[in-house]
Amino acid sequence: MSVIRSLWARGAVRWALAGVLVAFAAVLPLLNLVVPGVLPGATYTPGTLQILALALIFAALALSYHVLFGVTGLLSFGHALYFAIGAYGLGIILERTGLDLLPAVGLTLVVAIVLAALFGAVSLRVSGISFAMVTLAFAQAGSVLIRRNPDVTGGEEGLGLETEHIPDWLVGVVDTRNLYWLALGVIVLVFLVVRWFERSRAGHVAAAVRENELRVRVLGLPPFSVKLLAFVIGSVLAAITGMLYLLLQSGATPRAVSADFTLTILVIVVLGGVGSRWGAVIGGVVYTLLDQRLTALAGSEWIDDLPAVLRIPLSEPLFILGTLFILVVLFLPGGIVGLAARLGRRRTPTSAGDARDRLEETT
Amino acid sequence: MSTVILLLITGLGLGALYFLVASGLSLIYGLMGVLNFAHGSFLTLAAFLGWETARALGADSWGSLVAALAVGAASGALVAAGTEFLLIRRLYDRHIEQVLVTVGLALATVALFDGIWGTDPQFIRGPAWLAETTEVLGARIPNNRFLLIAVAVLVLVAIMVFLRFTRYGLVIRAGVENRSMVTALGIDVRRAFTLVFAIGGAAAGIGGVLASHYFGYVSPQLGGSLLIFAFIVTVIGGLGSLPGAAVASVVVAVLQQFANFYLGGSGDLVVVLLLAVVLLVRPRGLFGRVA
Repeated sequence: MSVIRSLWARGAVRWALAGVLVAFAAVLPLLNLVVPGVLPGATYTPGTLQILALALIFAALALSYHVLFGVTGLLSFGHALYFAIGAYGLGIILERTGLDLLPAVGLTLVVAIVLAALFGAVSLRVSGISFAMVTLAFAQAGSVLIRRNPDVTGGEEGLGLETEHIPDWLVGVVDTRNLYWLALGVIVLVFLVVRWFERSRAGHVAAAVRENELRVRVLGLPPFSVKLLAFVIGSVLAAITGMLYLLLQSGATPRAVSADFTLTILVIVVLGGVGSRWGAVIGGVVYTLLDQRLTALAGSEWIDDLPAVLRIPLSEPLFILGTLFILVVLFLPGGIVGLAARLGRRRTPTSAGDARDRLEETT
Repeated sequence: MSTVILLLITGLGLGALYFLVASGLSLIYGLMGVLNFAHGSFLTLAAFLGWETARALGADSWGSLVAALAVGAASGALVAAGTEFLLIRRLYDRHIEQVLVTVGLALATVALFDGIWGTDPQFIRGPAWLAETTEVLGARIPNNRFLLIAVAVLVLVAIMVFLRFTRYGLVIRAGVENRSMVTALGIDVRRAFTLVFAIGGAAAGIGGVLASHYFGYVSPQLGGSLLIFAFIVTVIGGLGSLPGAAVASVVVAVLQQFANFYLGGSGDLVVVLLLAVVLLVRPRGLFGRVA
């Protein structure tokens, strides 16, 4: 045991576990696994792979939000905007310019970096709750722009993906597994970038800003530029997941930039456990599968026979998720990861109290 | 000229609506530091209940409108006070978690309204006079704008009088100023919390019934769409300042109307731009105090 523990401390076991997990996820499309009640079909079928890829995208998006909220303590209500910039940006560039996929992705990245730096610089003039409202307002402006310009963005109908310049191996139902592998690659990349940022000097300053901004300032370190850096990194990672979303769903809808969508990301992060990278990943996967299952439940037959008092709440997935979210905030401040740590051997001192404080430090 | 008058008065009407939502947000934030995302749901619920009341009593009479307003105010106050008592109070002084709880409540309640009343807007009717127009200096103004402005002014005056001349008003004002001092003097400031939520909920409830007349329909999304502008108004006016919320409501709504008419429907964008400018020039808002 002591050998394992010392290896754990050095991270070797954790790396090995993560490697096994990624390898397992990578071979899923080749397996015929059936998990009744969780997945709609065997793991090699395109429908299931689509949902799994979506789960990975939400997990990556939650990771990108973790950079803002979990690491730096920035409560943004406009994170969906950058996801939408990725999705719509890539879609519009592909449709209008006739560039190939890779240059188009590069161009979208440049656009995302510029916009994130610009909006971030303005909204970071204020902090705390005001920051939350300002980011919300910017996202709302983006939502209005997308809805009001149907000839560019497709308006309420949404934007379809122009497949002409996309490599063949990413188009078509049979190729869903390629998209799944791409999503897996992206989430590994996002995870490593977030990990690198958290462990960099800037990441340490960002965490210090979350704990006590005044003190950072007294020490002569620049809180503004570190916050801006975290904002840009988080936003660009969100844009990358947005691009992937466009490819997977063959289009983007205005829902991707709505305030509800940002709240969904927030729900995922809190559900998984604020301040934890794995929490964000687990939250994203659990949320997507739960959302899928609850929607299936809402359409199932036995629910029609229930009296209205039960039928109406049960047939609204968002009602159940919202209630679950309230319960997690009230009774389970560390989210799923916090619960696991509490139930486990208390190997790490991450108890509920810590998680609660961690959440509160973000004010 | 008549267009300017029309835009101005319609803007004032919309500003009245923003104020009814923003006043509660601003008071709650000022006293408790809670950004209440569920405020839009209070408004939507009141609008639906007001609509049901008016429908049950016959929608065309003034009596049913007054009844709808009363039901809206009462249900808004009741739900808001209940929210504070059951959810917010458990997380005393944990501001982020309080915000998260209201976010969850907003998500859950909007879904619930979807389930109960359907996602499509329900078109409403009111007293015939509200649907008519009155000519002011050559501009034909829909009458419901006057009702909105009158009610909002009444609510503003009522809240001001309450805050200035009653004992609870005194406690609330003192609490906004320095909460720990009030507690140290042996006053149970938590009762003031519930009260502030009830007042804000009542204002939002009245706003909900009036909003359904302004837009001509009720839908589960009604509160959410107004809430975002109410947030902008509270930030521009200065968080926690009631006069700030009143002034900013009017400025934002009138600007929005003019931009919508003269700049090709860009009202929402201009408002966000105004917010950005205010933040760059004066981050604490028009009437806000230095944090």
